[in-house]
Amino acid sequence: MASLERIESGAAPAAAPAARRRAWPRGALGLVLPACVLALAEFAVRAGWVPAHLLPPPSEILRTLGDLAERGLATHVLASTLRVAAGFAIGASLALAFGAAVGLNRRVRDLLDPSFQALRAIPSLAWVPLLLLWLGIDEASKLTLIAIGAFFPVYMGVASGFRDVDRKLIEVAEMAGLAGAALVRRVLLPAALPAVLTGLRNGLSLAWMFMVAAELIAATKGLGYLLTDGRETGRADIVLAAILLLALLGKLSDTGMAALERRWLAWRDTLDTRA
Amino acid sequence: MSAALLDVHVRRKRFATTQGQRDVLRDLQLRIREGEIVSLVGASGCGKSTLLRIVAGLDREGDGTVRLDGQPVMGPTRAIRFVFQEPRLFPWLTVARNVAFDLGGPRIDTARVDALLAEVGLEGLGDRLPKQLSGGQAQRVAIARGLFVQPRLLLLDEPFSAVDAFTRLKLQELLLRVARSHGITVLLVTHDIDEAVHLSDRVLVLEADPGRIAAEIPIHTPHPRDRDHIDSAVSIAEVRQALHSAHAF
Repeated sequence: MASLERIESGAAPAAAPAARRRAWPRGALGLVLPACVLALAEFAVRAGWVPAHLLPPPSEILRTLGDLAERGLATHVLASTLRVAAGFAIGASLALAFGAAVGLNRRVRDLLDPSFQALRAIPSLAWVPLLLLWLGIDEASKLTLIAIGAFFPVYMGVASGFRDVDRKLIEVAEMAGLAGAALVRRVLLPAALPAVLTGLRNGLSLAWMFMVAAELIAATKGLGYLLTDGRETGRADIVLAAILLLALLGKLSDTGMAALERRWLAWRDTLDTRA
Repeated sequence: MSAALLDVHVRRKRFATTQGQRDVLRDLQLRIREGEIVSLVGASGCGKSTLLRIVAGLDREGDGTVRLDGQPVMGPTRAIRFVFQEPRLFPWLTVARNVAFDLGGPRIDTARVDALLAEVGLEGLGDRLPKQLSGGQAQRVAIARGLFVQPRLLLLDEPFSAVDAFTRLKLQELLLRVARSHGITVLLVTHDIDEAVHLSDRVLVLEADPGRIAAEIPIHTPHPRDRDHIDSAVSIAEVRQALHSAHAF
């Protein structure tokens, strides 16, 4: 986004070492709980508390992942990731356009927002039969479903972001003679950016969820397909492996978005960014 | 009387309220000469801020005319800058970019920004973000921004009301200094009678419902002024009595 280049990124030099000092133990702390749960699961199965065919121990899931890796796990991961990326790109772009229009123009808002709010209330799975009827079981229906999932959080973030820009800052811009595109680029967009990024982040995590919904219904590859495959063949280890990968991929993409937020929003005076 | 730089005539300015239309300002005439510093004082809600916004071109829905140097002011113009009660800095821009905001563009006139920052006592703080400033520093940046495009007229709406008493005194001296060095005419809205008397060549007292100028008190004390001088005390008493007659309190 070329329009964002003027936004100052990076915290104050003085704040950087403190942030780095804090980052390490905090990141490590987050690993404690998963590590304990995995250790407990391993122990529970080995001690015979839980039957291994229902809860395969983490060591076996790891082995399964290794086997799957040799039999084209990368294809599944890639297929799912590409679907999320494409669906999110489509949904988020449309949401940025509509959200900006609705947030910036009261008449557009009165025209469109009620309908979007009604559409937003439709549960994701309700779309599935319709999309299958209209678009078949190919990629188109999956991408559309993911795009729908990503659309609404982004739309809400963008629309509210623009609507809630401080009138006092707009007045300063008006005194400077700004209007139209220049006003949007230099004041409204940067001011709305926190809400826009929150919307994008929520949209991305919903895109992952809708991807699984889409792949559970009809797919020949992807993590959703692995889940179905594991269930049909009674392989709890495959199901858990797929779930583990979904958790990792979702966390990874969310961490990326969070890093983007920190970088672009270092100017914010909040609990999270205080110097 | 030399020709007025600013000539304002508000025939009528109304606001819609729950009880219907209310006249905020009526038949108000205001002339300010080049280089003058004029304060507007009056009770809350008497239309001081509204008048300032009309002069700035931010409020165009009223019956009246604003002329600057004989030319009608139809909307925001570079010849008039506004310093608000709050600093209103853009939090995502550095101090330097905030100061240079009015000219826009990716490249800023660093030398000019640095000179202005030095003038308002913020030398070397151009790379800071607004969140790293104190309230007084932020208002200094706002003043520097107001000076950046070299306006003829600077409007200030209770600019020092949110800072502590010591900072306020310092900012008042700063305003006097930059107004003189830049040859800027100043119209200031304030609640602080001491401030009005210390800074102004004239203090205008507004009465409410509808807002119009009830009294005009010239302050003849030569600069630099001593706040404790008997002349100041006399002027302060004069303004207070005028406010009292205007039912401000």
